[in-house]
Amino acid sequence: MVEFLQFTLSGIVFGMVYAAIALSLVLIWRGTRLLNFAQGGMAMFTTYVAIEVIYKTQSYWAGFVIALAAGLVLGAACELAVVRPTTGKPELNAVIVTIGLLILIEGLAGIFFGGVYRSFPPAFSITGLRVGGTPLGVSRFDVFVAAAVLVTTLLLAVVFRYTSAGLRMRAAAFNATIARLSGIRVARVLTVGWALAGLLGALAGVLVSPSTFLYPNSMDAIFVYGFTAAVIGGLDSPAGAVVGGLLLGLALSYAGGYVGGSIGADLTSLVALGILVVVLMLRPDGLFAGARMRRV
Amino acid sequence: MKRSQRLRWQVAAIATVAALGVAACSSSSSSTTTSTTSSTAPLTASAPGITPTTITIGSHQPLTGPAAPGYSEIAPASNAYFQYVNANGGIYGRKIIYKYLNDAYDPTTTASVVRQLVLQDNVYAIFNGLGTPTHLAVVSFLNSEKVPDVFVASGCDCWDNPTTYPETFGFQLDYIREGKILGQYVAQNFKGKKIAYFYQDDEFGMDGVKGLNYEIPASQVVAQESYVTTNVNIAPQVAALRASGAQVVVAFSIPAFTALLKLYSLKLGFNPQLVVSDVGEDPITLSGLLEAFAKQSGATVNGNALINGIISDGYLPALSTSDPWYNLFVKIHNQYDAKEPLDGNFFYGMAAAYTFVEAMFKAGRNPTRADLVSAINGGLPQGPFVAPLAYSPTDHDGATGAYIGIIQNGVLVQKGPVEITDTTATGAVTPYTGSEQTPSANGIPSS
Amino acid sequence: MRTFPRRLAVAVIVAAIVVFLSIKLNSFRDYQIAEIAFEVTAIAGLTVLTGLSGQISLGNGAFMAVGGYATALLLLHLAWPFYAALVVAAAVTAAAGAVVGVAAARLRGPYLAGATLMLAVALPAIAYAWPATFGGDQGLSITFTTPAFLGVNFPPTRWLAWVASLVALIVLVLLANLSQSRIGRNWRAVRDDEVAAALDGINVAASRILAFVVSATCAGVAGALLAIVTTLVAPGAFTITVSIALVTAAVIGGLGSLAGALWGSLVIVLVPTYVTDVATNHGLSSSVGANIPIAAYGAVLILVMLVFPEGIQGGLRRLLSLFTGPTGPDQKSRTWRVAPPAHVTPSTDEAPAGQHEKEGTS
Repeated sequence: MVEFLQFTLSGIVFGMVYAAIALSLVLIWRGTRLLNFAQGGMAMFTTYVAIEVIYKTQSYWAGFVIALAAGLVLGAACELAVVRPTTGKPELNAVIVTIGLLILIEGLAGIFFGGVYRSFPPAFSITGLRVGGTPLGVSRFDVFVAAAVLVTTLLLAVVFRYTSAGLRMRAAAFNATIARLSGIRVARVLTVGWALAGLLGALAGVLVSPSTFLYPNSMDAIFVYGFTAAVIGGLDSPAGAVVGGLLLGLALSYAGGYVGGSIGADLTSLVALGILVVVLMLRPDGLFAGARMRRV
Repeated sequence: MKRSQRLRWQVAAIATVAALGVAACSSSSSSTTTSTTSSTAPLTASAPGITPTTITIGSHQPLTGPAAPGYSEIAPASNAYFQYVNANGGIYGRKIIYKYLNDAYDPTTTASVVRQLVLQDNVYAIFNGLGTPTHLAVVSFLNSEKVPDVFVASGCDCWDNPTTYPETFGFQLDYIREGKILGQYVAQNFKGKKIAYFYQDDEFGMDGVKGLNYEIPASQVVAQESYVTTNVNIAPQVAALRASGAQVVVAFSIPAFTALLKLYSLKLGFNPQLVVSDVGEDPITLSGLLEAFAKQSGATVNGNALINGIISDGYLPALSTSDPWYNLFVKIHNQYDAKEPLDGNFFYGMAAAYTFVEAMFKAGRNPTRADLVSAINGGLPQGPFVAPLAYSPTDHDGATGAYIGIIQNGVLVQKGPVEITDTTATGAVTPYTGSEQTPSANGIPSS
Repeated sequence: MRTFPRRLAVAVIVAAIVVFLSIKLNSFRDYQIAEIAFEVTAIAGLTVLTGLSGQISLGNGAFMAVGGYATALLLLHLAWPFYAALVVAAAVTAAAGAVVGVAAARLRGPYLAGATLMLAVALPAIAYAWPATFGGDQGLSITFTTPAFLGVNFPPTRWLAWVASLVALIVLVLLANLSQSRIGRNWRAVRDDEVAAALDGINVAASRILAFVVSATCAGVAGALLAIVTTLVAPGAFTITVSIALVTAAVIGGLGSLAGALWGSLVIVLVPTYVTDVATNHGLSSSVGANIPIAAYGAVLILVMLVFPEGIQGGLRRLLSLFTGPTGPDQKSRTWRVAPPAHVTPSTDEAPAGQHEKEGTS
């Protein structure tokens, strides 16, 4: 029973990180109909910025805030410089451009920050919390991770639903032409969408890097699972991203805990594939997809 | 952009690429051997890659990609030693040119870059090729081309195969020997305690476990957990280790996963005695990985506190200023390689380069490729190694032994004698009674 | 190229050029010819799948692994000759492609991309799960020797170049035939408008599954060639990077076009090597020097995509049109037309109207 609790809690923590990446991919997808393969790389780069700030100022929170700000800037910059020129072109071109961006960012990280492992500090203590004498398998920092992602998601939901900026973003995602006719600067809205996605990615990077150590390829695996979570939940649904992330995190934790040890091999990726196949066979557009519409 | 504008860009782009292509083709790197011989010293172009003034060797290394952190420091360190030798007379006056190419730990790329080095760049030998799956992709090619394949940077036992791979020589202490040495220490010092293994799910971890099992009674082993480098969430494995009640955990893990093992153990309130393979225990690397956590977990200032008490082994001297080899290599590092960290990888790279220079001096004034192979088959002095090197016509293993040490204040402190052994199930682990060598005055092996 | 004899003639000419180059150039270039050959086989299969049939697959590296491992197992355990092993490997991969195609039949766009991505990540893990059969991390090593009739002095890399190029050319001719046939026309019809195609009597699902099978078979053949060219099949050779590189090469070269597959394979084989040479020759420090080619490659990808939105083949065609003048609606080039792949079927109540809707044809 204790084990179950430990696996559940650690699954939720990783799941929230996948959810953050998934949410950033959903944001970009809803706005620009584009898969951003560079999301993990952008998160890694902003985390490097954070660690440089932390070492210079000896303040974790300064690094945290600057990482998020850098995420906003990097997201907007990527959209303007690299993605905007691909509008109107075949859809795969933009995907290749983001792949090129990923490779470029990883190369630049290696050039500027070196290729060694960097130790990234957690915001709070990592010694496990206990109930009575039994360790729960989570620490105060883990709770912070889950809470940070949750709070950011809720804030974004509030922004989208209750502010006029959010309304503009939803309108532009709904129908760009009509939004333009209503006077909305759709181009600017798209840039803001990418900026917010960059912020989410930066948050994910800062939260998960203590567990992965920081090096140019550190976010690659996290991105793959974040993307899988987004697909499971449905790329048009922010709620789906969060649910998909949690589902994936929990499932992988249970698989590693209950099955992995007995077989002695790492089944994580096979389990993720299995879940993906099952979900997509039942709901080809993800769990939270609406009714399928066909254009005739 | 407008169609006509874009068309202009396209033409310009194609023209630029064409120009670059012509430039590249015309500056292809082929080594032309000069046949002029000096009137005083008869240095000749005695083999591919050797000219009267240079020796060119090649290697494949993971300079980028997930396997790069840490390992990418080894080749620059070797190169630094070679530059030191070049500045101090070279090898019989020839300078060593070390071309190491990036394979990003992908065997397909390894196959390609090694063929480039051998077929196009005509290197004399392949030195210190890094990685087991990567090097396996090129070992038959190198042997069929009769290119010396010396001091492979991998502890796999597979390089010791003189009948099938006569050109290939191992270098570091192989994982089976290491498992036996660590295993004997654990069996003798933790009698009756519960032992668990934590190992990487490849031949590094599995060979290590094989060696451990030769020495540790099976009744003591309560759990065996493996991990893969692509999955950093080892919480389930650590939970299983804790649930097994293990009092000693023997880890055949790379530094990142040794650090993660420590972190997750902290989280679960699990505090076993850690015994870690030399591959994963470099104190500098480990404390670097853990330094951001030291403050949070209530420990004192730096990551050293978290790694105190870890038991490990060493086949090269510890990184301490009381060791003459360390001082020599640090001096060379500060002159030629100063930007890289002073950790176990740098020491390893320097030791490999030193061993190669030993072999080249022994190979003679105008060596052929076969001369290098016979030089190593004739045995090499152990240099910085703490135990003798096994090279002979029937044995292509390098290091044969190591000492057990405990990490104290960020340094591996030797406890007890150097132990030597072999890779068989029944071969005993015995203390080495010979002495270690000290470097010569200028740090270059004598010719 | 409209007729089979003409295609065959082109293939023979290309084969002659390859033989000539393999003798004139040095042994390493021969090896690169062999590499280009197996890359073009895999990329051609992918470009047919994505360009002609409109299905994106990020998992063709996994099919290469299937073909490679099948070949290695047959060569090692049953000592079959390579050509027999090649046929069986192709068949095994075709079966795998059918399974994946059926599972993926209802998936579109990014969902298909996500599923195939996870396939590429997960399939090599099987090698770790059954290490006794698949060799685990170290993989399976095979040897491939030149036949006796060539004599002992014949360079092994030249023979590799010949074998790989021959297989690649056969695959390319077959693909060209396929894309000109009714099957190919059905693919294009389904890609352009599924509903209209269904109304026209085309079995949409069967057509899509067949495209997957063809693409997987090509990847399997490429994997078999990779096995004998590099002499090792190991999980490290089939990472997600390989699958992504295939898609990148297909788009950069020119999606939907077999000539484009060739340009793409030239890019991924030749470009990284070349850039490495430039970096090391300038004596830069190691970690900076090693990452400059990486960053440059990424920048090149971005620039090529922005400057040549239809890939290299599209750009070349435009260049040619500069000299030959506008040719109007060119029936002959329509078969090689780089058409945008199918856009995402909208799947929510809201009508998404992002910036990447399918616009008019190029």
